[in-house]
Amino acid sequence: MEKEVGTFALKKGLAQMFKGGVIMDVVTSEHARIAEQAGAVAVMALERVPADIRVAGGVARMSDPALILEIMDTVTIPVMAKCRIGHFVEAQVLEALGVDYIDESEVLTPADEAHHIDKHLFKVPFVCGCRNLGEALRRIGEGAAMMRTKGEAGTGDVVEAVRHARSVLGDIRRLQTMAQEELMAFAKEIGAPYELVCETRELGRLPVVNFAAGGIATPADAALMMQLGVDGVFVGSGIFKSGDPARRAKAIVEATTHYKEPKIIAEVSRGLGEAMVGIGVTQLAEGERLAVRGW
Amino acid sequence: MRIGVLALQGDFAEHQILLRRVGAETSQVRLPAELDGLDGLVIPGGESTTIGKLAVTFGLIEPLRRFAASHPVWGTCAGAIFLSKDSQRDQPLLGVMDITITRNAFGRQVDSFEADLLVPVLTDPERPFHAVFIRAPLIASAGKGVEVISKLSDGHAGQIVAARQGNMLATAFHPELTNDDRFHRYFLSLVKA
Repeated sequence: MEKEVGTFALKKGLAQMFKGGVIMDVVTSEHARIAEQAGAVAVMALERVPADIRVAGGVARMSDPALILEIMDTVTIPVMAKCRIGHFVEAQVLEALGVDYIDESEVLTPADEAHHIDKHLFKVPFVCGCRNLGEALRRIGEGAAMMRTKGEAGTGDVVEAVRHARSVLGDIRRLQTMAQEELMAFAKEIGAPYELVCETRELGRLPVVNFAAGGIATPADAALMMQLGVDGVFVGSGIFKSGDPARRAKAIVEATTHYKEPKIIAEVSRGLGEAMVGIGVTQLAEGERLAVRGW
Repeated sequence: MRIGVLALQGDFAEHQILLRRVGAETSQVRLPAELDGLDGLVIPGGESTTIGKLAVTFGLIEPLRRFAASHPVWGTCAGAIFLSKDSQRDQPLLGVMDITITRNAFGRQVDSFEADLLVPVLTDPERPFHAVFIRAPLIASAGKGVEVISKLSDGHAGQIVAARQGNMLATAFHPELTNDDRFHRYFLSLVKA
């Protein structure tokens, strides 16, 4: 029996298994257990949630392998970990550890200001952030098997997540009204590979699974992103910076499944305690915005 | 013919595409009332712990057991785990199929693989079925009433990856991630029977 491993279908396929689910940031194995109990489809193992990365300042890097391994040992669901944009050795290390997905993430300090990782070279799949269709298709061209709209991580303000999801999904709708001969000019305008522009038009969606991220803090935020048309959500600081993480995590999972049922969203949103305090995105200085990282 | 797809979480939309292609109407099931009027049900791939917890919270466990007692039900990967009586973990299961599952039997994502299987019950049985195994489970053991439909060959000789018990079908892999619709046609033949 001939076995093929590390194929694009397998990379993309794991993301298809995440659809309709919630991926949660966790910084300890105890958090990971709470996330799994709440019904997370995967966890993102990291040393600090984005809100704390903002507070700490300095250079944010890949997490300690010991922490990642401890979390991998704690839960049965897939474990993701972040590397810096362009830092292919951090990615090699994460692959060697056996993580299930690598997030080449703008939340960490970029290691390369012009290039992302050549993700085709890896057996482990990658998820990358995007603000618009061009950025999404560039990352897929480099081998990303899953996308997430960036939003603005660590703020608890959903406005940028909405902006980026609307941009990607709106451009896909626009693409479908175009004539074939307009596609090359459009590919040039958005800086995307022509073949992927054609494929996206034909599919009427991105060629890989697309989650929302960056600022989702409540069950209603998660359902909002789902109704806008994403395939699932990442919740970073929103859970473990809130008053009752276990209940909030479970409620966000339930609202993501029943995103079209306002009565259920109302029911699960009752008495969740304090949401994360958050920072309005408009109060951030330009240099404090993470979403602008990525080329 | 109307086939429901359990849509709590996972790749239910991929199943719907193939089911429609082979001539079935489909609908999504997230609440017990949505089982009414269905002729069969598919439980998709996804995270079995997530699907199980949501099924408990929204009161689906007993309605799904009753449905499986009288209608064909097919679980792929997480769906197969959910149908089983034992996953060797502490998680909610329907327990309607007499199979024991080993979860993540091949390892982590870097060990996920594609391979050709021989599946004699499908149409055109000489043609291998190209199967996609993602963090896949294995059927570690099957009870007396269970018919083994496909096994892995060399390397994992004899390990069970597809099984049928009456009107219930379990596959450790994902026919919904391929363009080969023979497994979906086979399931429809169980629904029609």
